[in-house]
Amino acid sequence: MTLRESDTLREPVLRASGVTKHFGPVRALHDVSIEVFAGEVVALIGDNGAGKSTLVNVLTGVLTHDAGEMVFDGRAVRFSSPHEARSLGIETVYQDLAIAPHLDAVANIFLGREYVRPGLAGTLGFLDSERMERETKSQLGRLRVRVPNLGRRLVTLSGGQRQGVAVARAVMWASKIVFMDEPTAALGVAQTAMVLDLIRQVRDTGIPVVFISHNMPNVFEVADRVVVLRLGEVVAHLDPRTASIDDAVSAMTGSVRRVAAGEGATVG
Amino acid sequence: MATTDAAAVGGEKRSIDAVDLFSRFAPLIFLLLLVAVMSILEPGFRTERNLFNVLRQVSIIGILAIGMTFVILTAGIDLSVGSMLAFAGIVCASVAKGTRDLLVGGVTDPGGSRVLLAALAAIGLGMLIGAFQGTLIARIGIPAFIVTLGGLTAWRGATLLWSNGQPISSFSDDFTFWGQGFLGPVPVPVVFFLVLVAIGQVVLKYTQYGRWIYALGGNPEAARLSGLNTVLLGASVYVISGFCAGLAGFLQTSRLNSAEQVAGQGFELNAIAAVVIGGTSLFGGQGGVIGTFIGAMLIGVLQNALVIRNVNPYVQPIVVGAIIILSVLFDQLAKQRRR
Repeated sequence: MTLRESDTLREPVLRASGVTKHFGPVRALHDVSIEVFAGEVVALIGDNGAGKSTLVNVLTGVLTHDAGEMVFDGRAVRFSSPHEARSLGIETVYQDLAIAPHLDAVANIFLGREYVRPGLAGTLGFLDSERMERETKSQLGRLRVRVPNLGRRLVTLSGGQRQGVAVARAVMWASKIVFMDEPTAALGVAQTAMVLDLIRQVRDTGIPVVFISHNMPNVFEVADRVVVLRLGEVVAHLDPRTASIDDAVSAMTGSVRRVAAGEGATVG
Repeated sequence: MATTDAAAVGGEKRSIDAVDLFSRFAPLIFLLLLVAVMSILEPGFRTERNLFNVLRQVSIIGILAIGMTFVILTAGIDLSVGSMLAFAGIVCASVAKGTRDLLVGGVTDPGGSRVLLAALAAIGLGMLIGAFQGTLIARIGIPAFIVTLGGLTAWRGATLLWSNGQPISSFSDDFTFWGQGFLGPVPVPVVFFLVLVAIGQVVLKYTQYGRWIYALGGNPEAARLSGLNTVLLGASVYVISGFCAGLAGFLQTSRLNSAEQVAGQGFELNAIAAVVIGGTSLFGGQGGVIGTFIGAMLIGVLQNALVIRNVNPYVQPIVVGAIIILSVLFDQLAKQRRR
């Protein structure tokens, strides 16, 4: 999908360079650079503790980095909160989903961005539930996402259904970029296929998707580009069309450095 | 969480769980059952007068319980409402009387607009204390249990200090109307209680603020990531609780025609009992004021029934205690079934 040669002609949607993050004495990220272009799916892989989640948290404003620069949409940015990133069109599906369990799907999708009724009722904060439900239905229809029982509290839904709501929420609001931290970790086969489909659909609308996964077949199925992290550093960029899962695992574990450029990979 | 669902994300068949359904409506079913049995056994129970009698008895604690519902929905607790009630009561009594000479010996207050001022002082004080406690809890991060346990002791002490341990009694008819008067057949405190139940319900179910309360209580991290101001939101419920305690302090003083140092002692536990029996989860995010209304009514009707049936009054607390545990037991059973 991504045309490599055109990368140099295009500005990335998001470019982070030299990102470093410490937690006390622990070095979580060291001099990490990453670019995300419109219309591509980037997979972030790495062993436990490689810094994948930390990187996503920095890029989405959950954590602030110690050093490094971020350019988003052609402007230098430094997010002080996830809300700030969201307001610029960056949406995230968190590993623990970050949903309100006792609210229904529509309420969760609109949490913090509720529509209020026009006039005085709106000033008093009265919700326009019908409009929110209508919009949810049409948006989910457009994305071909099926969330059954929109009116049921999420606590009564299965894990897969909750995941569906969390993904739908991110996809519905994202205008620039979507991050997903382990979006398929808790899912069965059919549901995983559906989330992967959704990732492709989002990409096809031009909005890039960056996702973290441990599932190599998933990664190689849907990613246009694979970025490998190890001990807080980017150690390889892989092209899933030419690289193999073995290459990815080697880069992740740092066992054999036989991943080389020319074999469809560049060792960083 | 691997499901055998082949359709899409979701698509599991909906099952209606009898235990789940029962646990949600258990307090209401029990209340209706109690009313039905008592209506058959005791003709005196069924009268309009007795109904308003019950309502009046529960109205003060009911008002406290409405504020408590907001607090518990955020997974907080407010143990200080009984003491706030007493402190607000004694301050509002002083404001009503105005001068030091009137505080002792049965001279009444001037009435008129002074009563309004006294009521506003009580409510304002409650909200101020609520804001203070809410700030310590939501901003500084001291557990709600600790802050309001401190408040429980401190505001009671402040009440004693304020009038040197003396009650302030004897008020004008204008003042006592709010606690003793009627609007048509309905006692005034009952009107306040019912109006607050209605407002609470509307706010929780139909406004943005109400939705955020549920989100904060259910998953504070999700609320924060969704851009909600969780500090302001978390503190605000204690202001609501303080508002209710202040109003209750005014109504109680008016009803007893006296601001007592021991006013509202133990009310916090009755208010919490009404909330819990009404199905609001102490873990937050779940419940509402209609449930609290039913919980408060259940306690009130039960006490009334035991009195009418001439049951030893010392049995009452035991029965109420058993109901608290039973109501949560059903909830737990339903949760276990769900897993």
